[in-house]
Amino acid sequence: MNTIRKREELGRNVVRYVVDAPLVATHRKPGQFVIIRVTDHGERIPLTIADANPEMGTISLIVQSVGKTTREMAMLRPGNAIHDIVGPLGRPTHIQRFGTVLCVGGGIGIAPLYPIAKGMKEARNRVITVLGARAHDLLILEDDMRNVSDELIVTTDDGSYGTKGLVTDAIRSLMSDGTHIDQAVVIGPPLMMKFTSLLTKELGIPTMASLNPIMIDGTGLCGGCRVTVSGEIKFACVDGPEFDAHVVDWDSMIRRLGTYRTAEQVAADRYDHECRVGLDAGESR
Amino acid sequence: MNAATRFKLPPVVMPEQDPAERVHNVREVPLGFTPEMALQEAQRCLHCTNQPCVEGCPVGVRIPEFIQAIESGDELAGIGIIKGTNLLPAVCGRVCPQEDQCQKNCTVGKAHRDVGQAVQIGKLERFLADWERENHAAVIPQIPPSSGKRVAVIGSGPAGLTVAGDLIKLGHAVTVFEALHMPGGVLGYGIPEFRLPKEIVYQEVAYLAKLGVDFQYNTVIGKSITVDEVRKDYDAIFIGSGAGLPNFLHIPGESLLGVYSANEYLTRANLMHAYDENSDTPILRGKSVAVLGGGNVAMDSARTALRLGALKVMVIYRRSEEEMPARKEEYHHAIQEGVEFHFLQNPVEILGNREGWVTGLTVQKMQLGEPDASGRRRPLPIAGQTSNVPADVIVVGIGNNPNPLIPAALPGLQMNRHGGIITDEDTMETSVPGVFAGGDIVLGAATVILAMGQGRKAARAIHAWLTGTTEKAKD
Ligand SMILES: Cc1cc2nc3c(=O)[nH]c(=O)nc-3n(C[C@H](O)[C@H](O)[C@H](O)COP(=O)(O)OP(=O)(O)OC[C@H]3O[C@@H](n4cnc5c(N)ncnc54)[C@H](O)[C@@H]3O)c2cc1C
Ligand SMILES: Cc1cc2nc3c(=O)[nH]c(=O)nc-3n(C[C@H](O)[C@H](O)[C@H](O)COP(=O)(O)OP(=O)(O)OC[C@H]3O[C@@H](n4cnc5c(N)ncnc54)[C@H](O)[C@@H]3O)c2cc1C
Ligand code: FES
Repeated sequence: MNTIRKREELGRNVVRYVVDAPLVATHRKPGQFVIIRVTDHGERIPLTIADANPEMGTISLIVQSVGKTTREMAMLRPGNAIHDIVGPLGRPTHIQRFGTVLCVGGGIGIAPLYPIAKGMKEARNRVITVLGARAHDLLILEDDMRNVSDELIVTTDDGSYGTKGLVTDAIRSLMSDGTHIDQAVVIGPPLMMKFTSLLTKELGIPTMASLNPIMIDGTGLCGGCRVTVSGEIKFACVDGPEFDAHVVDWDSMIRRLGTYRTAEQVAADRYDHECRVGLDAGESR
Repeated sequence: MNAATRFKLPPVVMPEQDPAERVHNVREVPLGFTPEMALQEAQRCLHCTNQPCVEGCPVGVRIPEFIQAIESGDELAGIGIIKGTNLLPAVCGRVCPQEDQCQKNCTVGKAHRDVGQAVQIGKLERFLADWERENHAAVIPQIPPSSGKRVAVIGSGPAGLTVAGDLIKLGHAVTVFEALHMPGGVLGYGIPEFRLPKEIVYQEVAYLAKLGVDFQYNTVIGKSITVDEVRKDYDAIFIGSGAGLPNFLHIPGESLLGVYSANEYLTRANLMHAYDENSDTPILRGKSVAVLGGGNVAMDSARTALRLGALKVMVIYRRSEEEMPARKEEYHHAIQEGVEFHFLQNPVEILGNREGWVTGLTVQKMQLGEPDASGRRRPLPIAGQTSNVPADVIVVGIGNNPNPLIPAALPGLQMNRHGGIITDEDTMETSVPGVFAGGDIVLGAATVILAMGQGRKAARAIHAWLTGTTEKAKD
């Protein structure tokens, strides 16, 4: 059983869980993810392995409530169990000593970025981190990221914390200060990844992005996670999730994420409704 | 009854759900034989001395003998005879391409020059298997004392289940590792409920569990546990990881919204129950659905689309009706249900609107030329003849390739150029000692019965390997 050991709220609608998953804990590497089902009739959703403790046999998952399944998950408390966890899936991040590594994270993307930044730091890179959030209360893992970074810059869209502006503004000003960057890693909302990658391409900085298309099995079986990279079809779950950001077809990927927007809204509304009339809505919102 | 009387008996028609009604549910289409119907059908068997039907069966089920048992009213004996060679008769009776195997060779059909007149062996097989299940008559065999040997089976499809069943009965400890949260491989996630009720698969798995097989779900070998770890912990390994990798056509427009691989479409519908409006897993319910391909995968997708409420479903196939690899029964059922067939049409481009949603496809008209490597006549384009077909969902069902996960995790494995694992024909042993393989991971996308046949061969060889009757040192 994948029993939940710890639950901690990291920010608005973001929860960190520590959960039993011994095989995953002992086999995972930074950049890999799991697929979970909260209940035995639930949807399969991918979540990055934010951290792991092989001795304890636990992994951490950081989840942002955006729809039915993630909201359902947010209701779980220590002692409850996640019905299925399979992983680690995907290829691990290519971690080596590059020199200076720029880690760019946005929104919930900071969760998957954390183990990579940590890995880059352990590989004796100089790590410069730029984190973006719409507002201060949406920023997560600032302290954790600070611990694995040599330099940390925070931007918020509304200026409620750090510098007002977008991550791309912060990268530009870093560059104009003469900072040399050997490798960039970007994880965040797809639009942010697209614009960051356009910028780093222009600046000539090799960049990897971790893609988050819709997935089902995570083993290469369905092809639902396909993305176009250098004009070729790739399956993000087995060939990725990380790809060279400069050759990803971002527009196609962003469009495909919207395939079920109507259906997702219906499921989420129904779930909220059921919570309100049936169970205690608790902290589902 | 003499042969002449038998020969005159017409085939017994198995009752089916009415087409107009069944497209609104996912319940099984053919309803099964009553004991009386089974008896009547059994009486059509001539009990030929040369038994051509047995010859046609990839695992050599003793067909005339089980038919004789039905005639004598001894179902228990009948199912025992089948199970001696076939572990999953309830599955095979429903999904085997009998018209290309046992029934193709049947003397009755041959004499009528119509395979449709052959003794309906598959339906009789199903009858016995259903009888056993409904009467809880499955015999729990005596299991010999533990051999102390451990076998790891990768994948719970028909190949893996067969190996597990055979080896547990020989006293070896067996663990089946399955990547998904449910068992059965294609039987679980691919073949729809209306053709193979999942309850049947679950009961077969429950039976194996009762015999002592340990099933570990959500475990991807090569990821959750490395192949090296498995080799350390187990005395032998069987790889039955299937051909789950969907092919795409590599034509423009395949990334448009509303384009599915058949695997994704069927996985959403079956594994994740998206046909149920209350399921958390969404599926696009197109009004006009085009399915590309002509095999069982395409038939299953087309008939699933109808059950998801499509008003128009088209199967678009580049060869002609003659070359279609689908089981005849599925083709007939699809036609009865209103699926349209567009033969000699090759998709060349998928069309979309500005928001990226599918609107249809362009097809190229084809004609048949000389036979190609598969022995079927090669489709050739007729210059200048293309047309557009409107559709709001497109399902690409042109086949699957061997799953590359295990080969990638075990570099010593010798592979063929189609991505299949190369094995010894008789023992199913791979180039890595103590590692055996069978089913679709060896054959490419094939059939349930061939997967089971290879599983049986492998089990025999694994047993020999474990008990030291083969002369090979463990590395
Ligand atoms: C490899 C990978 C790693 C991921 N890691 C994490 C993680 O560590 N933490 C986390 O909170 N989320 C992560 N995600 C995203 C997470 O899987 C989705 O948020 C989740 O599937 C949404 O399910 P739902 O039922 O709650 O919402 P849905 O009802 O399915 O969707 C609600 C909203 O979220 C959007 N959405 C749906 N799926 C995704 C997706 N895959 N990516 C981005 N937006 C999506 C939809 O467009 C919609 O607007 C990851 C995704 C991938 C592919
Ligand atoms: C839609 C469809 C319809 C079909 N219809 C018919 C039909 O009517 N008649 C017929 O005879 N055949 C049919 N077939 C073909 C038939 O289903 C296959 O030939 C058969 O299932 C192959 O069996 P298998 O055991 O080799 O593999 P599979 O059934 O593919 O099972 C392989 C299993 O291994 C698991 N696996 C893979 N990699 C790993 C790993 N690394 N670790 C753990 N587990 C892993 C997979 O998740 C899967 O469950 C159909 C196929 C499809 C897709
Ligand atoms: S999630 Fe199904 S192939 Fe990647």
